Amino acid sequence: MTNPEGRFGIHGGQYIPETLMNAVVELEEAYRHYKNDPEFNRELSELFNEYAGRPSRLYYAKKMTEDLGGAKIYLKREDLNHTGAHKVNNVLGQALLAKKMGKTRLIAETGAGQHGVATATAAALMGMECVVFMGEEDTIRQALNVYRMRLLGAEVIPVRTGTATLKDAVSEAMREWTSRISDTHYCLGSVMGPHPFPTIVRDFQAVISKEIKEQILIKESRLPDAVIACVGGGSNAIGSFYHFIGDEGVRLIGCEAAGRGIDTFETAATIATGRLGIFHGMKSYFCQDKDGQIAPVYSISAGLDYPGIGPEHAYLHDIGRAEYVPVTDDEAVNAFEYLAKTEGIIPAIESAHAVAHAIKMAPAMDKDKIIVITISGRGDKDCAAIARYRGEDIHE
Amino acid sequence: MSKIKKAFENGKAFIAFITCGDPDLETTAAAVRAAVENGADLIELGIPFSDPTAEGPVIQGANMRALKGGVTTDKIFAFVRELRLDVKVPMVFMTYANVVFSYGAEKFISTCRDIEIDGLILPDLPFEEKEEFQPLCSRYGVDLVSLIAPTSENRVAMIAKEAEGFLYIVSSLGVTGTRSEIGTDLASIVDVVRQNTDIPCAIGFGISTPEQAKKMADISDGAIVGSAIVKLLEKHGKDAPKYIGGYVKSMKDAMVLGF
Repeated sequence: MTNPEGRFGIHGGQYIPETLMNAVVELEEAYRHYKNDPEFNRELSELFNEYAGRPSRLYYAKKMTEDLGGAKIYLKREDLNHTGAHKVNNVLGQALLAKKMGKTRLIAETGAGQHGVATATAAALMGMECVVFMGEEDTIRQALNVYRMRLLGAEVIPVRTGTATLKDAVSEAMREWTSRISDTHYCLGSVMGPHPFPTIVRDFQAVISKEIKEQILIKESRLPDAVIACVGGGSNAIGSFYHFIGDEGVRLIGCEAAGRGIDTFETAATIATGRLGIFHGMKSYFCQDKDGQIAPVYSISAGLDYPGIGPEHAYLHDIGRAEYVPVTDDEAVNAFEYLAKTEGIIPAIESAHAVAHAIKMAPAMDKDKIIVITISGRGDKDCAAIARYRGEDIHE
Repeated sequence: MSKIKKAFENGKAFIAFITCGDPDLETTAAAVRAAVENGADLIELGIPFSDPTAEGPVIQGANMRALKGGVTTDKIFAFVRELRLDVKVPMVFMTYANVVFSYGAEKFISTCRDIEIDGLILPDLPFEEKEEFQPLCSRYGVDLVSLIAPTSENRVAMIAKEAEGFLYIVSSLGVTGTRSEIGTDLASIVDVVRQNTDIPCAIGFGISTPEQAKKMADISDGAIVGSAIVKLLEKHGKDAPKYIGGYVKSMKDAMVLGF
């Protein structure tokens, strides 16, 4: 019988080969033990604070607020974390857990390379072996991150199957895990895949909303009116939403990558264009054709270029607690440039999707309203690609 | 009674896997007939999936070729209906959960009954999630085949107790594909299976030579071969069926007669 703890409404579950079942059962048992273990939590807090640089700042974007002339805008600066993105929160948690479980090797998938870099970093720190699977297409789009991972001692394996992007990297990492379980932990990078991953990754990322809540109460003595984050698999978004789910006055808005538009085939907006399915270990919404073949999705952002969405987001969508909106490449690139020029902050192109929606939303809101945008990562990695998008060819 | 049992009535069963539509359905039909004429006892028909996460490079390739060739679930149903006019051995579908789910599970499984598909193998549907399709499979008399892996350990008895059709024992860790050596202690897995069920069990993953087939058949009730057959299709395309016939004969002979 399906494990009820692994379900978010009808979504989630453990749709994986039998070969992996004992591995996820072992992981679930270990996590259940360590999540309440004071020593584990002390070590993790120390890693968060001393190594990753937490808590991350909640920055009042004064110029942006004045320029848009509406709601007050705060930026949750996950881009200031060590390795430059929110990914490090989850990776430090999982690497520590894996180490406690006696694993000596981490494998991971990566899209933009941020999760791969974070995993390679944690592996270096904890003296573990690391292998990262990355779609060949993405190794070209994000060559700098490939070099960073190698510098950190990881092996990067370009994945050439399927569309050679994030979903294929996930498939390949799953295949690798099937062939080597005893010493290897699959450090999944988002709130997706089979139970217990969506729960584990959410719990490690929930530090984002825990901090936002504490910080905004100090700065504004009240909760925000809206929290906005970009969504691929959805880890920074669920991390940003989690501690606000029970606060009904806080709108939770996830920004999906619409690519060239949700009326084209070149999109990765799952809630807008997908339907219910079973893939990569979970029941959720997926971009797929009428025969259930997973669609080759597209976005300028390698980190949002995934044909599915985490099961908890699918559930929050079903019950109407969170809203999911599509944001196109064009809108994201404009927002990328806007934040750089207005606030002197270059966001990851992924996070720029959330910025773009705030730019649309804020002017229509009263000045006493508050929006928090999670800047999930920094945009240095994207500069060459954005230059190309604008017709300029620069060499890194 | 499960019709799949019949596959195990001619001595050790040889089970052949072929991806539908690789490179086209005419070739698949000829390949199935060649396999059956040369001793295959059960045919596993693969319905291609865009992202077959349990498959190695060889069967991944077959999935891609088949999808590129334009095969769809409806075309495969029509193809099986025609194949059933003369092919009488038990046949099962092997595909991924989303192919069934997305088509509409009831429509898919009731169609299986109509076209005389005897079972369903879904590598991404473990014991914990079989409720997804089990009630419909029971209603329409289609066996939902369970898999057991080298890592199943304490799970073997639980899976075997509820198994139907036949038990698919995965020989090694990892994905499908040929292997030079199979190191798992399969005999003790089979022992636990025997203590918990009367249904037959066959071993698959990594089997390509007559020696391996004989060895696997000696400790279980049959051998399942996929990648080695798909390799012939990859190499010979439309000409593959004649090579498949000879290959299947060599495997079945080794299993039944020895060397």
